[in-house]
Amino acid sequence: MAKDDNGGADTTAADSSSVARVEQSTGTSVVTRSAVGNPGFPPHRERVTDLDPKADRNAERTVYTLFYLSIAGSIFAIAAYMAFPIVPEDMGSVRLNNLFIGVGLTLALFGLGIGAVHWAKALMYAHEGVDERHEVRGTDVVRARAVEIFQQANEESGFGRRTLIRNSLFGALIAFPLPAVVLFRGLGPQDQDPVALLKTTLWEKGTRLTMDPTGVPIKASDVTLGSSFHVIPEGLIDLGHESKLAEKAKSAVLLMRLKPEQLTETPERAGWSYDGIVAYSKICTHVGCPVALYEQQTHHLLCPCHQSQFDVTNQCEVIFGPAKRALPQLPIAVDAEGYLIAQSDFTEPVGPSFWERS
Amino acid sequence: MTRKPMNPAPKARKGRKAGRRHPLASVALIAIGLLFTGGAYAAFSTTTASAESDANSQQTIDDGEKLFAANCATCHGLSAQGSGDGPSLIGVGAASVDFQVGTGRMPLQMQGPQALKKPVQFTEEQTAALAAYVASLAPGPAIPEGEVLDGQGDAAVGAELFRINCAMCHNVAGAGGALTEGKFAPSLADVSAVHVYEAMVTGPQNMPVFNDMNISPENKRDIITYLKYIEDNPSPGGLAIGSLGPVAEGLFIWIFGLGAIVALTVWITAKSN
Repeated sequence: MAKDDNGGADTTAADSSSVARVEQSTGTSVVTRSAVGNPGFPPHRERVTDLDPKADRNAERTVYTLFYLSIAGSIFAIAAYMAFPIVPEDMGSVRLNNLFIGVGLTLALFGLGIGAVHWAKALMYAHEGVDERHEVRGTDVVRARAVEIFQQANEESGFGRRTLIRNSLFGALIAFPLPAVVLFRGLGPQDQDPVALLKTTLWEKGTRLTMDPTGVPIKASDVTLGSSFHVIPEGLIDLGHESKLAEKAKSAVLLMRLKPEQLTETPERAGWSYDGIVAYSKICTHVGCPVALYEQQTHHLLCPCHQSQFDVTNQCEVIFGPAKRALPQLPIAVDAEGYLIAQSDFTEPVGPSFWERS
Repeated sequence: MTRKPMNPAPKARKGRKAGRRHPLASVALIAIGLLFTGGAYAAFSTTTASAESDANSQQTIDDGEKLFAANCATCHGLSAQGSGDGPSLIGVGAASVDFQVGTGRMPLQMQGPQALKKPVQFTEEQTAALAAYVASLAPGPAIPEGEVLDGQGDAAVGAELFRINCAMCHNVAGAGGALTEGKFAPSLADVSAVHVYEAMVTGPQNMPVFNDMNISPENKRDIITYLKYIEDNPSPGGLAIGSLGPVAEGLFIWIFGLGAIVALTVWITAKSN
């Protein structure tokens, strides 16, 4: 809404600049006189379409051609939808379908948009004008009337007088969002302590180390020097789909074999490896990405998400990046048949920090 | 009109004579002669070569030993025992030699984070001779052949195994990816099946070894099938931009998408002429 309500009437360069130079209060500031004033509009310049009727006709032709192009694009998109249907099992057909419908729709929208802008720029009325915003504060009459309306509504509805109704209404509005809070709680684990769930995995004493995804148990002799095996606990593949994913997210393990003399082990972990074979959690202690980029010459593990690096020879201590703790080690041993088994669960929670563990 | 039939005959005769006496006639003759002798020589030499490399004979091993002494012994030691500049090759097997030499990674151009692929430096026969020599030192993985390389396995099984065992380094589309300190997992596009198989068996550079107990030969065939499948079938989602994921896609949309928006904004707000 224009303050002056002149319907966008022209304001010439001369008078707009004089209007703009309104003296303003300087407040407590020292100098404002040197501030740059509003220079107003630059002098009006005629466009080539205003001066040359031939250019005018050309511009008109361009605009309607663009609109016709848009029509053609829309029709092309419909035709492409019919001519290039998506054939199940054929990924190439999806590609063609998307491509041609996309080309048609792009043409339709671009023709419309560019045509409209070109029309406005080259052919529509082009004199500069000023429409000032109306003031934020209403007139005194309007303000008084508004107060009057509120008071009248209060009286007629009895909102201020019937306090029992009013307060029960407030109560109802407060109570309404409560079911949502309860329903959201239902998305979390039920009847289980999430902290306890985060602290344990499927590994326990005697669980065989098996291959991902087949679940074939791994013999210690299978793991040759330089190998890396992607390991899941025995029995994981027999779980239902959902609990399988939830358990795998915690219990995935990377198994590597180094020369025994390359490993530096603290005395309390001396029995956790078997003949140079070590097993570490694959879940990064930073934010839980799978750390599986194993370099068999440098014995470094790299997390692809944030470039944390762990030194396998030194109990997977962090040597670079944002991870804070070493990868948890799975203590392993060999059973009577030569298969690798876990000595116990991980001795610390796997994965990133959570509230109850810093 | 009546003289017309007479005209073609002298012209044709003239043309034939001109052809024989043409200044380029001798050049053409020499070229044909060279082509013929060259072709015959090539045919002859390939037949003898294939006859030579047929067997892992003592002759081949001796040839390999000479080549090894001349080209590899500086770093790997005169009897392939290794030195400060290169690892021991005893027990690495023919597959390792065929991969390293067959992809041009060896002989190494210079010490660096890892050996780079470059134009192959030896002929196939020389590579085979080197492989035979190194294989004769101690048992190791042999060069794979036959059905495992045909790419006729189960691509779906191969894809799952690839995602679990390979994709974290080589990218799920086999486009390769960065490792630490300048090392990287190379792109698997256009790598021959035999080299993919050899890399899995021998674990070149920093790649872990995937022995037959970890990934069976049948499963290795499936993985090769998957790689062949993604190479032959373009991405149904359109332009893959190297299949490098958010980096390439983000760069594209920031430069071209945002660039187009900026250009359109400038055009819309600019005054018409």
